[in-house]
Amino acid sequence: MPRKTLTIKSKVESLSILDEKGNLDADLDPKLSTQKSLELYRLMLLARRLDERCINLQRQGRIGTYGPCRGQEAAHCASGILMTPEDWVVYAFREPGTAIFRGWPIEHSMYFWGGFEEGCRPPEGVNDLPMCVPIASQVPHGMGLAWAMKLRGDPHCVLTYLGDGATSEGDFHEAMNFAGVYKLPCIFLVQNNHWAISIPVANQTASQTIAHKAVAYGFNGIQVDGNDPLAVYVATKEAADKARKGGGPTLIEAVTYRMSVHTTADDPTKYRSDDEVKAWEKRDPIVRFAKYLKKRRILSEDLEQKIENEIQTEVRAAVERYETYCKSVDPSIVFDYMYADPAPEIVRQREEYRACLVREGVLKT
Amino acid sequence: MPELTLVKAVNRALDEALSLDDAVVLLGQDIGQDEGVFRVTEGLLKKYGPNRVIDTPLAEAAIIGGAVGMAAYGLKPVPEMQFSGFFYQAYHQVENHVSRMRNRTRGRIGMNMVIRMPYGGGIRAVEHHSESREAIYAHTPGLTMVIPSGPRNARALLLTSILKYPDPVIFFEPKLIYRAFKENVPDEPEFLPIGKAQVVREGTQLTLISYGATMRPTLEAARDLAEDDGVSVEVIDLLSVAPLDTETITASVRKTGRAVVIHEGHRRCGIGSEVVARIVENALDCLEAPIKRVTGYDIIFPYFSREAPYLINAERVKHAAKEVLEY
Ligand SMILES: Cc1ncc(C[n+]2csc(CCOP(=O)(O)OP(=O)(O)O)c2C)c(N)n1
Ligand SMILES: [Mg+2]
Repeated sequence: MPRKTLTIKSKVESLSILDEKGNLDADLDPKLSTQKSLELYRLMLLARRLDERCINLQRQGRIGTYGPCRGQEAAHCASGILMTPEDWVVYAFREPGTAIFRGWPIEHSMYFWGGFEEGCRPPEGVNDLPMCVPIASQVPHGMGLAWAMKLRGDPHCVLTYLGDGATSEGDFHEAMNFAGVYKLPCIFLVQNNHWAISIPVANQTASQTIAHKAVAYGFNGIQVDGNDPLAVYVATKEAADKARKGGGPTLIEAVTYRMSVHTTADDPTKYRSDDEVKAWEKRDPIVRFAKYLKKRRILSEDLEQKIENEIQTEVRAAVERYETYCKSVDPSIVFDYMYADPAPEIVRQREEYRACLVREGVLKT
Repeated sequence: MPELTLVKAVNRALDEALSLDDAVVLLGQDIGQDEGVFRVTEGLLKKYGPNRVIDTPLAEAAIIGGAVGMAAYGLKPVPEMQFSGFFYQAYHQVENHVSRMRNRTRGRIGMNMVIRMPYGGGIRAVEHHSESREAIYAHTPGLTMVIPSGPRNARALLLTSILKYPDPVIFFEPKLIYRAFKENVPDEPEFLPIGKAQVVREGTQLTLISYGATMRPTLEAARDLAEDDGVSVEVIDLLSVAPLDTETITASVRKTGRAVVIHEGHRRCGIGSEVVARIVENALDCLEAPIKRVTGYDIIFPYFSREAPYLINAERVKHAAKEVLEY
């Protein structure tokens, strides 16, 4: 009965295909078609421009506290873009690009951060759950969706997003465990952006990687350069193919960086250095991808400008739709979706509230 | 006597507790280096170091469960939940252990812990950051649920809860008024009895009962009713919603015969329900009108674009008061 090191069957890998200096591992390059490449590039840029616009809207008081995704465009767009309409996506709250790809209107994030429940309503036919603020509480939902797919015998998968901080919550571990036990078609994608508000990832977990937490639950983990859209794409594609074929879950750790504030209510100068942020600026996923696409002659300066202009127009139109809608809603709508069939006491409270708003001049009748 | 905001008064109480008793330990998310998302713990990490003011990973259940262990070991943990909306992640620890330990161990192990958190609406926050769910904890046997309404009582109640109260306290901080106004706070540590309400305005014709952030519209309504309508209004600040000070409430209503209860939390099974029950049990013979409740409705707290009209204001309190007075 000697003492020996156990061989664990689950494996942990790391993957980087296109590095920050533009070096490409040609063998690993998924060689996305021109169309797919541009779709992804466009989505990432749209996420960036929308993000910038939302920060401005917040400063002008046109939306409330906003949680930006700057720097994390590859981590979420290059994974989200692989999901088919039958698959499901479960969000944390820094994945606007994926949501837009899935069919949410651009303005949904303005609704959400502007304080309108409408930002959580998935458009008809979009198989997604809404953004989720209580950290990690969405992770079991992704597991449960996958469980239902498996029970129904459907060959789809679920992509669930979470942050590095979320991996400390019990919900994350419980969901991972179930996913392993039932071999569910789940992809857990951790956007390790190095920070959970002021807590650096080194103080969040003593694990050497987040990816290898999968091993404890009996499946594979992979750590990818989260600012490398090609690596994120490849890892997600493999995980999705595997899941859809009944091969079970995968944990993907996309190592990226929160380039901006935690939310617009946060002051990161209290806890992190400018140097750190500057170092990560050089690894910008959009700049990196654009360079690569230009080398492949998929993107030209003209096309870049054309896409930029189109995006500006789309974002502007989304802001207009948002602001038009804002002016039109009756505040007593807050009662209307509480129950499918509200009890008389709720109906009476709604009337009481309306009467009160009429008295106070908020409503006319 | 320095003039302090509520946020500074809480900071001061934590500072005093840390300095007066080396068993006191603060723990929570972003309370150290970041000094708290509302800056409640400003300066405390610097002053007391990382063994007294502990930045934790993101796990409410481990914070509260860990605090149970610390309290059993003889420390006086003061965990912070970043928002009361994230306390549910620790609810099983609260329900199964924090509230029950003294009873389960037949008095052998108490839980000298104060779980602090901001609650309530009005700051244009995102979803889950605006709720007032004090009734859940008031309903839980073994817990004490304290809610200050201003800088001075916040400082005294918190200091008392940490240093002089051997059982677990849920301490709700009304974040709407964290910085709304200042009060003189005595230099010397001040203590207030837990479970005792305060009559903050005396009157003979009507009793208004509230706590926390809604004390402001309540007092404003009382002033208007007195000045504009010549009504003599008594106002009670509960300060502690569990236990509830039956004697103070009853004595007042026996005198005035009319009452309105005001809180932002939901109506159904809310704190107002309990207040009304105690009045009915103890002062029914003196009531001259049905009691009214001005409360949040039984709906999910609206996202902030629709919160301003939802929040209780003095007009709503006055409207209810007049209905009761004119009955
Ligand atoms: C259960 C819970 N606790 C606390 C919070 C407050 N909070 C919001 S975001 C955040 C940090 C999240 O970190 P991470 O999971 O890394 O995601 P990131 O913000 O970096 O995208 C915290 C503590 C919350 N929303 N939910
Ligand atoms: Mg993070």
